[in-house]
Amino acid sequence: MSVMPDTYPARRRRNGIAVGLAYAATIVGLGWLVLILGVLLWQGFSGLSLKVFTEMTPPPGADGGLLNPILGSLVLTVIAVVIGTPIGILAGTYMAEYGRHDRLTSVVRFINDILLSAPSIVIGLFVYEIMVYPMGHFSGWAGAVALALLVIPVVVRTTEDMLVLVPNPLREAAASIGLPRSLMIMRIAYRAARAGMITGVLLAIARISGETAPLLFTALNNQFWSTNLNAPIASLPVVIFQFALSPYADWQKLAWTGALIITFTVLALSIIARALAATGKQS
Amino acid sequence: MNVASVGVPTVTHAAVDPSTLAAKVSIDHLDFFYGEAKALKDISMPLYEKKVTAFIGPSGCGKSTLLRVLNRMYDLYPNQRAEGKVSFDGEDILSPKQDLNLLRARIGMVFQKPTPFPMSIYENIAFGIRLYEKLPKSELEGRVEHSLRRAALWEEVKDKLAANGLSLSGGQQQRLCIARTVAVRPEVILFDEPCSALDPISTAKIEELIDELKEDYTIVIVTHNMQQAARVSDFTAFMYLGQLIEFDSTSRIFTSPKERSTQDYITGRFG
Repeated sequence: MSVMPDTYPARRRRNGIAVGLAYAATIVGLGWLVLILGVLLWQGFSGLSLKVFTEMTPPPGADGGLLNPILGSLVLTVIAVVIGTPIGILAGTYMAEYGRHDRLTSVVRFINDILLSAPSIVIGLFVYEIMVYPMGHFSGWAGAVALALLVIPVVVRTTEDMLVLVPNPLREAAASIGLPRSLMIMRIAYRAARAGMITGVLLAIARISGETAPLLFTALNNQFWSTNLNAPIASLPVVIFQFALSPYADWQKLAWTGALIITFTVLALSIIARALAATGKQS
Repeated sequence: MNVASVGVPTVTHAAVDPSTLAAKVSIDHLDFFYGEAKALKDISMPLYEKKVTAFIGPSGCGKSTLLRVLNRMYDLYPNQRAEGKVSFDGEDILSPKQDLNLLRARIGMVFQKPTPFPMSIYENIAFGIRLYEKLPKSELEGRVEHSLRRAALWEEVKDKLAANGLSLSGGQQQRLCIARTVAVRPEVILFDEPCSALDPISTAKIEELIDELKEDYTIVIVTHNMQQAARVSDFTAFMYLGQLIEFDSTSRIFTSPKERSTQDYITGRFG
């Protein structure tokens, strides 16, 4: 270079320091994640066997698996998603398509954001108060409702965000051939925003599959195989909580295995969500 | 005055005598507001049946706004309103009783950027037809083919009708949008700077198409490109700061405009 400004070496130095700090921060941040996954694999992998998926939770000292909490978690998650997703999508659709400029939308968005970051134990207490207490017993329904309340704000948020990203010219193009707004939303906007909206639902599943606090007050736990939603039902997070705190080595081992299963399920969901979001951007 | 010597665009179509023509749309003392701001001031002009009318003028002069009044596209947004009268076959389209979906099916629109729907090429066309007509499959296929032929796209896409509309090139996408508009069988087609995102070859194709389409449709085109206005239109409206400065046959606007500002604009002295 023919001209070397006086400030150039100093700027290079400052750049080097800043990049170094950024790398260090990344390594520290990712380091913990790697450590967590490593410990989980170390502690949980040896306990992984077919029995985990075929046998009930054992009493202390006996052999057993995690079949009833796995089933319970699946049932609770499915019901929560079935309840929460339509409400979330409809609310998000209202906010993005019908009331985008309304005051109500900003109010709902604000409240939704509070709900999004509300401590899940508060949700658990709330559902305890409105369902468990009046009904007189813990139940699977109460657990599913508590989880649904966690699903709704996530889905509302992603639905609104994804629909707002759908370009207005596409809406105008739909209107320009005489398409009513309802059909435009269902046939054009949802299609354009599909990948992002599915990602939102997957993220909501990832969020609730690890939640313990709302279930402690609602679904409680069950030592046995149960699909009765009017009775307490087992779930992986609660079993992990209970077993990990117990003094029995075999229960603790099962807790590690359960934690491993949840973590990798969530990881897989996140990866699928990412991949979907990526394909959505391409098309 | 005579401005032909200053390098103005060449006009393709001979002057038409308006007294022999029927107005498909009549704009009558139209005002338009974005909130409090008045964007169109007392616009009155006819749009003649089966002719091409071009709206020209510098950015922000209101030509797109005027176009979007004609199919009431502005109704999608809050705080925009039009006052005055726009009659379409004698019916006031600004009336609150006007069915907007039916109006837009009769007055189609092609946009600046191609906007194919996120679905297959075939569905892009069939979708609009199915909205208003229940046709047997073979007839629907015929209509799709006819519309694509009308938009000079059939030969390029006939072997990949199932491919996503977004997989086409920009120029093809724009012709797909024209086919989609034509498929609904409108009477008027509004073009909002349809070529500003296209290369010269695609632009030439679209212009050729507009020339063919005016046999059947009343066409309005907003354009920034003076040559384009001169090439494709029979009538030209020059707008400036929300006002209609001059409306006349294209050949007169480009050879002997009455207003000084029209002349300045078409000779490139401002705008």
